[in-house]
Amino acid sequence: MKRFYQHELEDLRTKLILIGEKANEAARIAVDGFLENDLGKINQALALDDAIDALEVEIDQASVRYITLRSPVSSDVRFILVAIKASHDLERAGDEAHSIALRAKEILACDGRSGDTVTIAQMSLLSCSMMTDAISALVEEDVELAKAVIVRDKKVNELHQQNFETLTIGAHEDGTETPTRFQKVFISKSIERIADHAKNLAEEVIYLLEGAK
Amino acid sequence: MSTSTPSKIAGAGTGTPIIKIRDFDFAYGDSQALFNINMDINQKEVTAFIGPSGCGKSTFLRCFNRMNDLIEIARIKSGKIKISDVNIYDKDVDVIELRKHVGMVFQKSNPFPKSIYDNIAYGLRIQGVKKKSELDQVVERCLRSAALWDEVKDRLGESALGMSGGQQQRLCIARALAVRPKILLMDEPCSALDPIATAKVEELIHELKKDYTIVIVTHSMQQAARVSDRTAFFYLGKLIEYGQTDQIFMNPRDPQTEAYISGRFG
Repeated sequence: MKRFYQHELEDLRTKLILIGEKANEAARIAVDGFLENDLGKINQALALDDAIDALEVEIDQASVRYITLRSPVSSDVRFILVAIKASHDLERAGDEAHSIALRAKEILACDGRSGDTVTIAQMSLLSCSMMTDAISALVEEDVELAKAVIVRDKKVNELHQQNFETLTIGAHEDGTETPTRFQKVFISKSIERIADHAKNLAEEVIYLLEGAK
Repeated sequence: MSTSTPSKIAGAGTGTPIIKIRDFDFAYGDSQALFNINMDINQKEVTAFIGPSGCGKSTFLRCFNRMNDLIEIARIKSGKIKISDVNIYDKDVDVIELRKHVGMVFQKSNPFPKSIYDNIAYGLRIQGVKKKSELDQVVERCLRSAALWDEVKDRLGESALGMSGGQQQRLCIARALAVRPKILLMDEPCSALDPIATAKVEELIHELKKDYTIVIVTHSMQQAARVSDRTAFFYLGKLIEYGQTDQIFMNPRDPQTEAYISGRFG
């Protein structure tokens, strides 16, 4: 029997998908802004942060309300717990996107030269695809897709390590100013963190669907 | 506004009040049961009364259709209850007429030992309605409203006593609807029902509030949280806090309400 408040869980799921899409969009646009030295895209990414923060608050409030008023059990209570944790992860991913955009702006203000960006572009593609798949796994309740997200995190970590070494130890090969190289290390770290948040979301989806971590 | 302080009316918020209670004191003999209750109850909303046993919530509910008149020692010490702006304790108020407008469903389902059809038709028949087509229409409307029609349409002539407990309770709700009341009072309507039957009655309450004002007394705080728009917490005959159900359960203002709904009472 479908209860009269069942739609509240559907609304919550919709909000969760929305915050995921916005966080992913912010990350993608911020990195594109950096790679293309495009101030318009950088500002576009910065503007998404408030909406992401607001969605996290809405999800928290709706979750607390549902727990308080609807006495959820079993998969419903797992879904609420996942919603709270996942929205926090997605908000943090949004924060990382915001940070990438701010650093890209600093680089533009410094000398506007990004130098070699191949690895960062690769990392960005990987982390965005991880986030997209983690959200799809949630929407489609697909455990295998979620598990595949987790495996890909290792590659992003390796690329970040490679970036770190190139930009610090082998700094002379990059051909950019020192402040820009520092900003690139932080951008690389932010992308690596976004991949971590996608991995966390995938783990939450597995918990939701299998009832165990 | 959350407490029943004498100078303030516990609020109906943005809704339209249909029941207005002012400075209401009620006693059984020398024992005062309700103290200076002031509150408004909104039209087409579900209002839940919660509180520990003996706090006066059922007594208060029974004041709305003057069921307490049947108790010899019961008396109103002061105050008024107005329904649609009529003081229901005025001398010229016809109590039978009042109870047509303010129906009641009790803790234990109490179908008449008659057929399912006759249970619903009973109220209309004593009002003088005899036309079968009219009775048929009302029986179907009420059973549909009570989400029972599909379950019983092929056995309307069978005894109501053969129905399950949950069905009997929904039949009693259907019977109350037959005389087209404005308000439905429910005194712990699910306390004798299993979880599935309870869920069905809760669904029904949610549906009925589109057309009726519902006041429900319940010992289940989860039920109050699930079905009501507003909740009133009573303790020792006093209205301690009244407000939107979200606020009462998520952020109660009075420490006694907080203690009661958290199970830390006493």
